[in-house]
Amino acid sequence: MKEISGWGRYPVVRAHEHEAEDLEAASADAALSRGLGRSYGDASLPARGTALCTRCADRILSFDAETGILRAEAGLSLRALNEIFPARGWATPVSPGTQYVTLGGMVASDVHGKNHHVAGCFGEHVRALRMRVGDGRVLEIDDASEPDLFRATLGGMGLTGHVLEVEVQLERIPSCWIRGRTERVQDFDELIAALRSASARSPFAAAWVDTTARGRSLGRGIVTSGRYAEQHEAPAAPPRARERLAVPFDLPGWVMDSWSIQLFNTLWFRTHRGHSGDRIVHPQAFFYPLDGIRHWNRLYGRRGMVQYQCVVPGRDGGGVFRRLLEVVSRMGGASPVSVIKDCGAEGKGTLSFPMAGMSLALDFPYRAEHTQAVVDALNELVIEAGGRIYLSKDALTRRHHFAAMEPRLARWNEVRRKWDPDRRLASALAQRLLDPAP
Amino acid sequence: MKAVLLGATRGMGRAVARALAARGERLFLLGRDPDALARSARDLEVRGARAPVASAHCDLLDPAGFGAAFDAADRALDGFNAAILSAGLFATQDVLESDAQYRRDLLAADFAHSIEWCEATRTRLLSRGGGTLCVFSSVAGDRGRTPQVFYGAAKAGLTTYLEGLDHRYHSEGLRVITVKPGFVHTAMTEGVAAPPFAGRPDDVARRVVRALDLGTPVVYAPAIWQAVMLAVRALPRSVMRRAAF
Repeated sequence: MKEISGWGRYPVVRAHEHEAEDLEAASADAALSRGLGRSYGDASLPARGTALCTRCADRILSFDAETGILRAEAGLSLRALNEIFPARGWATPVSPGTQYVTLGGMVASDVHGKNHHVAGCFGEHVRALRMRVGDGRVLEIDDASEPDLFRATLGGMGLTGHVLEVEVQLERIPSCWIRGRTERVQDFDELIAALRSASARSPFAAAWVDTTARGRSLGRGIVTSGRYAEQHEAPAAPPRARERLAVPFDLPGWVMDSWSIQLFNTLWFRTHRGHSGDRIVHPQAFFYPLDGIRHWNRLYGRRGMVQYQCVVPGRDGGGVFRRLLEVVSRMGGASPVSVIKDCGAEGKGTLSFPMAGMSLALDFPYRAEHTQAVVDALNELVIEAGGRIYLSKDALTRRHHFAAMEPRLARWNEVRRKWDPDRRLASALAQRLLDPAP
Repeated sequence: MKAVLLGATRGMGRAVARALAARGERLFLLGRDPDALARSARDLEVRGARAPVASAHCDLLDPAGFGAAFDAADRALDGFNAAILSAGLFATQDVLESDAQYRRDLLAADFAHSIEWCEATRTRLLSRGGGTLCVFSSVAGDRGRTPQVFYGAAKAGLTTYLEGLDHRYHSEGLRVITVKPGFVHTAMTEGVAAPPFAGRPDDVARRVVRALDLGTPVVYAPAIWQAVMLAVRALPRSVMRRAAF
């Protein structure tokens, strides 16, 4: 038994963790598969029994250099994939904000990236899965053979079965480099307008927002956009992997307090010029800026942090987001890593997070009841707006709030019951939010 | 490099094989489980090893089969010039004290049969003018310690054999590389409480590949273990007896 937690380090559970190279054998008696543990809250924590750690099951089983179809064991990390394939002209069609995730985790969270408005979620590009479902059988499935199970597994938080192998269609890229730009905006309306035009123009677009700015500056931020550089625009050599800084130990809890976050946000805002113009950007810096600092979650100290991400429908997220930011600002929750982006249409995943609209992600240091109150207040606004939250980030949402956001939950639970009648798969998140009330 | 590897389907051996594959080397895999061999062979091909990566059956508990395995490797690689042994048995002290059969197997596999494996490669490499023999021993062989009495003894014997082999055949062109991993997170060490400085297989692989290139005779990996073991070797017995590590 040991203490395990997600990336936010809250909550913490005591559980067995079994690291295995042969997932098919090891999944027979595990309660939940767990990749690199980068979901923030309790999604990767087993409710009881053993978590099967997949990171050692990372073999590539086949790759067709003509079609770009890759098949690999579920523990293959995106980082390993990025080391091998972009230099050969292929890349993952969807990349989340960190490359320290496994293929299995990308399926379970049905991750999205800066290009959701054009590429959809990762699941849209998954061709087939090999899984051990809750009733013990090992199955090879795709959207044609078992559509209900396949779709419930995309974004199903690992609760429909253990993902053993993933087959995914990679995307052809002209070079490994990014041609991108940043644009500094002074208030919320400008931010939304700039993000919209960036999304219309570029496959990759997202905005960082300064949550500590108030009054007329509320919603000021930096809009980042880009695309893969064409061969003639890019440096001839592929980008070298970057050395990483590390946070060597837990910082005291007061370090990430509202004043320091305000200072950080102001400095970050000021370091960007009004408009950078198009330039060539290192792909790691563009896709995974936070990966540059190992163990950055230690900045928040031992008490940990929570992340909150919601999506609200429509092209006018602005109205709701302004109120969300006002709540954060009023309740004194400061967030250094706050991102707004455009989402495209809802995808295949029965319970996947994105919907056509706009998404907002915020980080907070975890401060018990106070943080709970902030999350409750945010959730009530999101429910009112017809939006929902991202389970892979969540640690604090209440059951009745989630039920109010998710009319799709009953349908998903029906599929889950069919394949796992004895509820052998169990996570702390499922217990908190998803399992039908006893 | 044309390398034959036993133990490359798993853990640190897998990481070393991948590092060699990324450089486009020619590899031949030995092991017990045909399915694991086939999956690892495809993995290494996609990662850049010269295709095809072929394989043959070889089991450290069955030294009678070593000859046929090396014959197959020689045929596929047209004479290998490097051999890497990272396979071995492992168990905690409690298990080894209570299970006599497993204890005998472990001592045979990690000591006597590992030496047989090295002898079979040594004669082949010397007959073609030399080559590299890289063997995973362990820091556990550096001192007798409470938690690893048997495993440590087997690895101490293996380490001493490798040093003697190095001295005896260095002038004839045999390069012997002894790898001493400290605690590394792999499926083998699953469930064993990790000490500070525990490493990952990739850290070990980087050090090993560098040693293969340079012919470094002894490699502690990850690097921090060189300093750790310098200190541990210097500890007086009275301290070691009381220490639980």
